[in-house]
Amino acid sequence: MSDAATTRVDAPAGIGQPRLANTLFVLPYMLIMLCLLAAPMLLGIWLAFQDYDMLGGWNGSVGLENFRNLLSDQIFLGAVRNTIQFVLMTVPAFVLLGLGLALALNNQLRRSAVLRAVFFGSSVLSVTIVTLIWRMVYMPDRGLLADLVTPLGAGRIDLVSNETWALPAIAVVTVWWIIGLPMTLFLAALQQIPAELYEAAALDKAGRWRTLWSITLPSIRRTVLVVAVIEVILQFQLFGQALLITGGGPNNRSRPIVQFIYEAGFRDLQLGFASAASQVLFALMLIATLGQMWAGRRRGP
Amino acid sequence: MSELSLRNVSKRFGAVEVIRDLSLEVPSGEFVVFLGPSGCGKSTLLRMIAGLEALGGGEIHLGGTRIDTVPPGDRGVAMVFQHYALYPHMTVRQNMAFGLRNIGMAAAEAAGKVAEAAEMLEITALLERKPGQLSGGQRQRVAIGRAIVKQPKAFLFDEPLSNLDAALRGRTRAELSRLHQRMQATMVFVTHDQVEAMTMATRVVVMNRGRIEQIGTPMEVYQHPRTRFVAGFVGTPAMNFLPVAAVEEVAGRALVRLPDGSSVATSLPIGVMPGGALELGVRAENVVPGSGAAARVDVIERLGERTLVHGVLRDGSTLIYDEPGDVAISIGDTVQLSIDAAAAHLFDSEGRAIHA
Repeated sequence: MSDAATTRVDAPAGIGQPRLANTLFVLPYMLIMLCLLAAPMLLGIWLAFQDYDMLGGWNGSVGLENFRNLLSDQIFLGAVRNTIQFVLMTVPAFVLLGLGLALALNNQLRRSAVLRAVFFGSSVLSVTIVTLIWRMVYMPDRGLLADLVTPLGAGRIDLVSNETWALPAIAVVTVWWIIGLPMTLFLAALQQIPAELYEAAALDKAGRWRTLWSITLPSIRRTVLVVAVIEVILQFQLFGQALLITGGGPNNRSRPIVQFIYEAGFRDLQLGFASAASQVLFALMLIATLGQMWAGRRRGP
Repeated sequence: MSELSLRNVSKRFGAVEVIRDLSLEVPSGEFVVFLGPSGCGKSTLLRMIAGLEALGGGEIHLGGTRIDTVPPGDRGVAMVFQHYALYPHMTVRQNMAFGLRNIGMAAAEAAGKVAEAAEMLEITALLERKPGQLSGGQRQRVAIGRAIVKQPKAFLFDEPLSNLDAALRGRTRAELSRLHQRMQATMVFVTHDQVEAMTMATRVVVMNRGRIEQIGTPMEVYQHPRTRFVAGFVGTPAMNFLPVAAVEEVAGRALVRLPDGSSVATSLPIGVMPGGALELGVRAENVVPGSGAAARVDVIERLGERTLVHGVLRDGSTLIYDEPGDVAISIGDTVQLSIDAAAAHLFDSEGRAIHA
């Protein structure tokens, strides 16, 4: 009989024991995180409650004054409405189109491999290139869109200077630009589904739609949520496309919150006011994301 | 009448021919086991019956109708997959009812069938759980339940026991046999485990390299292997094979001489002996210790109820033979071995068994 005490295997020294030296492993990241994320964020929150002007300097705390000014600023309220509308237009499009593309291209065909690359390709372009391309598409007289619809009998078409169509036009550009990411996430999720499940479904006489509805979609539920959350966070931060295509117009109908922040902070140099607007954007994104996570978890297993 | 009929079925993947012109008739109510090493085409054949793999050529008929041209769901077969393939987001009840709902069966009727099958498999208590909350054995039962509720003309099993631990595998074997007795259904079972084939099959189809080597009851296949491959594949330990040094005639019968000089007098007429190299095959239980050729004990494997002894003959070839579990023997001992000629097999240079 062997003695239990003598056969006990000791854990290698240092594992599972708190040691100050182990902190060194996380220190590099901690420093970067503290300096580049935590500190600016706290500084921004502090700034939101100050009267801070780049020319006039710091004139002390003003409490909620900046927020009160925001609430009575029609341009800001318009920007909030524009941004929310933009999110509502783009996020469902990213989820549905991304999923549709992934379903269509999730196979071994050579054609699909080419198309996957094509659809992802535009994501690598910078916002300047993308908007340059689309301004040519949207050009009222000589643009691609005009060339396409004029023969059909449509009159002069000028989306970007139209109050109703400017924001949807930017949404189309955005979806075209970065549909590759959701598509890729969905493709990865689809490839995780075991082939045996589809074979079992085929033997269970499940048709195409039944299989999509009962096997595929439930299997990628989490990815749908991930894509929706990522896109909400990304699209609330709309800026470059709007600035470069419409400049926020016409009549402020396409000005997003980030452009408002940029203009308040870097054009008008009102840092406190701009910071307050940033905090509102942060709160909106937080609420939208938490709402999605809550909705996703409620229907989860 | 034959329930399942494979006619000149073939299949190739690129340049590799996995099934070669294979024909097979399975009578109604039979438990057929496709047995063979991995890569022999047995799973491909099963998947072709299920409709998950297209045929390269030939036809498959089930219950009098041709099925190889219709989609899997319309073939009247149900399959139990190796990894069960239960729908992870559905409860056990929904898993079992899925196929029934898809053929438009009323909810109440489907529920009745599910309840009935669940009772038979003793999984009624698990009906509201999801597959992730079940053990391997329980998942196995659900997968079988999902097949049973469909009342298929044929059940297809694709190595369904390979993921279970040894004890559970033994129990499930017995349960499947019982299930077959009870349902009298046609079952096709694929495995590489000859114990599963021996214990459950009414008939075994031994396959090798896309071809059927032998079809027969488990005992036929065990006692009268038609080829050297079947002889070597079926049975534990594997059959001993010894090269034949010379064939002599004694009173019209063939007497084969082994390389170590000992001889085995067969009952085969000398006339049926082909030319070319021959091999003698003999199972461990047909090697009789006590007299005959001298052998040195090399390895002793004690299995409890029996002991397998590896004896090395003078010429260096090894004979594995049976001793009782508690036999007093040690490595290095010298033993005398003789071969029960009536139970020995002779194979020609092509691997075919030689019969009178």
